[in-house]
Amino acid sequence: MSSATVGLTAAAATTADKAPGRRTGAEMIWEVLEQEGVDVVFGYPGGAIMPAYDALPKYAVRHVLVRHEQGAAHMADGYARASGRVGVAIATSGPGATNLVTGIATAMLDSIPCVFITGQVSSHLIGTDGFQETDVTGVTLPITKHNWLVTRAADVGPVLREAFVVARTGRPGPVLVDITKDAQQGSCDFDPADRRLARVPHGRPARGTSADAYERAAALIDVAERPLILAGHGIVQAGATAELMAFVERTGAPVASTLLGLGGFPATHPRALGMMGMHGEAWVNRAVQEADLLIALGMRFDDRVTGNLKTYAPRARKIHVDLDSSEIGKNVAVDIAIVDDVKRVLAALTPRCKPADRGPWIARIANEKGDAAVRDIQQLPDTGKLHAAHVIHDLWRLTEGRAVVVTDVGQHQMWEAQYYKHDHARGLVTSGGLGTMGFALPAAIGARFARPHDEVWVIAGDGGFQMTAAELSTCAQEGIKVNIAIINNGYLGMVRQWQEMFYGGRYVATPMRSPDFVKLAEAHGLTGFRVTKRSELAAVVAAARSAPGTVVIDFRVEQEDSVYPMVPSGADLGDMIRRPAPSVLVETAADSDEDEVPR
Amino acid sequence: MSPALVPARPRLRTFVATVEDVPGVLNRVASLFRRRGYNITSLTVGQSELSGLSRLTIVVACDDATAARLEANLWKLVDLVEVHELAAGEAVERDLALIKVKADKTTRAQVVQAVELFAGRVVDVAPDELVVEIAATRERVDDLRRVLETFGVVALVRTGAIAMPRAGVDDPTRTQSQSQSQKSASGT
Ligand SMILES: Cc1ncc(C[n+]2csc(CCOP(=O)(O)OP(=O)(O)O)c2C)c(N)n1
Ligand SMILES: [Mg+2]
Repeated sequence: MSSATVGLTAAAATTADKAPGRRTGAEMIWEVLEQEGVDVVFGYPGGAIMPAYDALPKYAVRHVLVRHEQGAAHMADGYARASGRVGVAIATSGPGATNLVTGIATAMLDSIPCVFITGQVSSHLIGTDGFQETDVTGVTLPITKHNWLVTRAADVGPVLREAFVVARTGRPGPVLVDITKDAQQGSCDFDPADRRLARVPHGRPARGTSADAYERAAALIDVAERPLILAGHGIVQAGATAELMAFVERTGAPVASTLLGLGGFPATHPRALGMMGMHGEAWVNRAVQEADLLIALGMRFDDRVTGNLKTYAPRARKIHVDLDSSEIGKNVAVDIAIVDDVKRVLAALTPRCKPADRGPWIARIANEKGDAAVRDIQQLPDTGKLHAAHVIHDLWRLTEGRAVVVTDVGQHQMWEAQYYKHDHARGLVTSGGLGTMGFALPAAIGARFARPHDEVWVIAGDGGFQMTAAELSTCAQEGIKVNIAIINNGYLGMVRQWQEMFYGGRYVATPMRSPDFVKLAEAHGLTGFRVTKRSELAAVVAAARSAPGTVVIDFRVEQEDSVYPMVPSGADLGDMIRRPAPSVLVETAADSDEDEVPR
Repeated sequence: MSPALVPARPRLRTFVATVEDVPGVLNRVASLFRRRGYNITSLTVGQSELSGLSRLTIVVACDDATAARLEANLWKLVDLVEVHELAAGEAVERDLALIKVKADKTTRAQVVQAVELFAGRVVDVAPDELVVEIAATRERVDDLRRVLETFGVVALVRTGAIAMPRAGVDDPTRTQSQSQSQKSASGT
């Protein structure tokens, strides 16, 4: 790894007094963060949060100054996704807090544990439309797991501690603590060792598990001929990869992953099928439609995963394991529900299942995989043109599949999911539920702080990259290294693809002109490269990896390429638009779209 | 098949929730209903027997699957101590209404008689109208209202239902909240 590995140890050792005594609200913010093991926060100052910033130098917490608060939110989120620890971002009242909103919603939809701290006008000004007053707890109520308004110094410590507990327990999620300026300035007695100050969140009954669920689930699994595991984000979040592996090895069932589930089961394992859903590979979606049993683990049957619910997995019984009982039956009715941590569930379920091989089922899927391979873009003759799929495939090979890849949203995101084979949990950081463009660069900065010894790659579109490109400046100021691959197709590609397929090819507001990304990197004191041919790729990637600082690579790819297969929004999962077979290959009955699926 | 596709058989259900008496808690409950598209018939909030805890009565029309998910979603609210659906027939339920009804010399006696029949009370009188109060089940309040409409209802205001399990019925709404109040009392 490069020498620019992030120095995580905050410059000065703590100078603050840790003994019980008088503290300001501002001091208690940082003291609690230290106690929670927070080594870095991402933020931006302003009037209502200045007392907190003023106290910061006394504590061993590194502050990363962002260029826009949205960036701070995504950094905290990326930090949490890459590490499993709670990410923290801080901003001032009013516009500072509202700039966080997109990032908070992004974390909420993907259940990412983050603590957002915002300054608020002094308590006597609340409700008066004071300068930079926004009802931030009101604004973020539906996009946080919980939030608090703190108006007294004495509540700062207990509420912040509770905030960390709420963010990481049960189904994780973002929380926000809005602290008035006078609560930061006021003071009270504080005993850092007194853990009882934290309010304990109420206990929750683990309800929703069907009677005899484990026995019945094991029985269903044992008799199934075509079982399929649907592995979701829950596997990654629960740290259940080893348990999933044991379950697969015992039951022989193949594994399809959701976008956020990628890496929860090694992509190069023979039982790994790949991603399911709208841009899932054909054999994966066919397997879903043909399966006689779906074992859904920590996933929520999102509409991008199921397509038309009426025709979804028509032959399958369904077992649903999720920590959140409100997910059971939300989109898909299930035969057996188990509401618990998926790691625990798998540990208990695996020994109850009979060892099995599922040879015929696996062979049948392999057959369909072979059919799809003839359409694979990687089989295209090298015409000298650069295809995004080639770029991502080559990046996977050159980084030996070990990089932490942080994507933005669009075509490149789907190509990444298809062509970068993730063998490790938390190796892919991507905004799934909200699909937030502009996520990648700041989330990668957060990931870099979380994993200072791992190689971090951004894969972003030319459109999304420009939404938060200002954070290049943050990379430069903090002296950190991320490698940025811009998949530059000159379009808002995913929208262009929909226009091509569903809107008569009318490219309204999707052609996009970009700055010279190489010069943009250089303007920030960073390094930029441009790649226009596949033959140039390896050398440039090698140069980027060995460069000490952040590198931007402008990959000029085919402009009007599309992501295949595609299940149109709301269509049956089996109704995929396939990549047109390359003209050099004669279409045979074996790879025709109309071919009936053998039942 | 998805529960959403099963022909919904919605019926009115009553949930009783115990929540922390903190600012914004009603907003959180209401926001949940709005966001998930539940149709609230009534939502009331007030004190409970436990200090620091309020009790909500929520009446909502939905089918079984939706009710189960609603309850699961309510459990996710951090300020919620507990929530239970009250079984029909095992709960006492009251809705309070004030009804201003037209009543002059010629009709007043009939109005008063009707009100008494429903065990309501006349609480204010003017030469050509009365204010009537009734605390009864939702259905009985509806019935009285229909009767009074024949005389002319000028204005009506209702609280929405409050409810608790009947006397002698094991009260699921109190078990955990009591241990909760002990928990706060011991300061942990
Ligand atoms: C903040 C935001 N605005 C709009 C969209 C809608 N959207 C989804 S993909 C996409 C195009 C992305 O273009 P680009 O970043 O160039 O990536 P490409 O699809 O070309 O790979 C758009 C506009 C979004 N997901 N997020
Ligand atoms: Mg693009």
